[in-house]
Amino acid sequence: MSLIAMSAVRAEGFVPPGPGDFNLPPLGPDKTFEFMGQTMYLGVTKPMLQLVLAAVLVFGFFYVAARRQAMVPGKLQYVGEQAYGFVRNSMGRDIIGSHDFMRFVPYLFALFFFILVNNVFATLPFIQFPTFSRAGMVYALALLSWLIYNYVGIKQHGFVGYFKHQSVPAGVTGPILALLVPLEFISNIVVRPVTLALRLFANMLAGHLLLILFALGGEYLLLHADAVIKPVGILAWVLFLAISFLELLVQFLQAYVFVLLNAMYISGAVSEEH
Amino acid sequence: MQNLIILAAEAEEHELNPLVPHPVEIVLSLVVFGILFFLVKKFVVPSFEKTFAERTSAIEGGLAAAESKQAEADARLAELEKQLADARHEAARIREEAREQGAQIVAEMREQAQAESTRIVEHGKAQIEAERQQAVTSLRTEVGSLATGLAGRIVGESLDDEARQSRVVDRFLAELEASAQSTNGSGVH
Repeated sequence: MSLIAMSAVRAEGFVPPGPGDFNLPPLGPDKTFEFMGQTMYLGVTKPMLQLVLAAVLVFGFFYVAARRQAMVPGKLQYVGEQAYGFVRNSMGRDIIGSHDFMRFVPYLFALFFFILVNNVFATLPFIQFPTFSRAGMVYALALLSWLIYNYVGIKQHGFVGYFKHQSVPAGVTGPILALLVPLEFISNIVVRPVTLALRLFANMLAGHLLLILFALGGEYLLLHADAVIKPVGILAWVLFLAISFLELLVQFLQAYVFVLLNAMYISGAVSEEH
Repeated sequence: MQNLIILAAEAEEHELNPLVPHPVEIVLSLVVFGILFFLVKKFVVPSFEKTFAERTSAIEGGLAAAESKQAEADARLAELEKQLADARHEAARIREEAREQGAQIVAEMREQAQAESTRIVEHGKAQIEAERQQAVTSLRTEVGSLATGLAGRIVGESLDDEARQSRVVDRFLAELEASAQSTNGSGVH
């Protein structure tokens, strides 16, 4: 943010926040390298630390919560069980089906809370940066989910059988089928990881961008605008607060949707019927 | 700080594309999530599942135990009721038996008494008959000797001779009996 303040001052006028605000410099010396036509920082950056911190928090909390295995749970164990049961039952059992959902529960469970904590970092004081506004981190998770649902599908139906299962809709014949097969293939195999990644990444990026805009815009209006317009800066900050709460909802929803879609893709891949 | 400003300016010049991923971040994300996944799979999920399973079995076990207790209590109650009914039945049977036995005893007693009285009566009758016979016999002898004695005295003839004496007596008695029959009809009894 200080970066933006600096550039705003330098430019003598309000410079709106942009994608550059998410390209945080590394801790330590600023080394760079070229990748796909862009200059990238080489080193440990804040979102990287956040990613590790989220993993540590998720595992630490649930390890301690699950460790006691009491028949009558204490508060911590109760919260842990409810959180685990939420993912296990509403996303695992109810969507994948009770016969073989258990082998996907660890994945869905870890994924949901990993994304949720990383998203909440966007609002958490002193961190206030959404880890998944960094495209690469989301691409990794989307790639992983693509590999998983295709792998279990191929294992279930065989290579040809799986692609037939995903591309050929049941009960359709003739020229409509010829039209539908490429569409189904593209939507089920090609597009899914892209939409999965972009949905999470774009929501996190855009939400945070909006917050930066309201915060800096309000600040600029209060400091540099005419006396008449200054109160609008206050309004911008009030909106900043309101959008922060909206963001909390979006953070949860995006984590939920990401994992829910994962469960549905897996369910679709292993299902017998189309 | 100077550095940052320069970099920011550079970034703006290059028009940073946020869709282009940072390669290190892709790898890091995969590795961190992978580690988290394995830790969760190894330590967290089995722990929760074990707790859930234990809780389920504890509840089901409690229900089963309560059910078996209930069944046991029901069985015991039925058994007690059956025993009570048996006891009642037994008591009724014994009472009935006693009544029958009593009636039988009374009947036997009555019969015995009847027999006894009959026997006594018979005995009395026989005794009376015997005494009468004896009386008749002794009377006959006495009457004979008296009569012969008397007749001897009257006739003056000794009738001491045995044969004669008895013949006379017999005749006399036969006459006596015949007269008694003709007059009385009933004769000597």
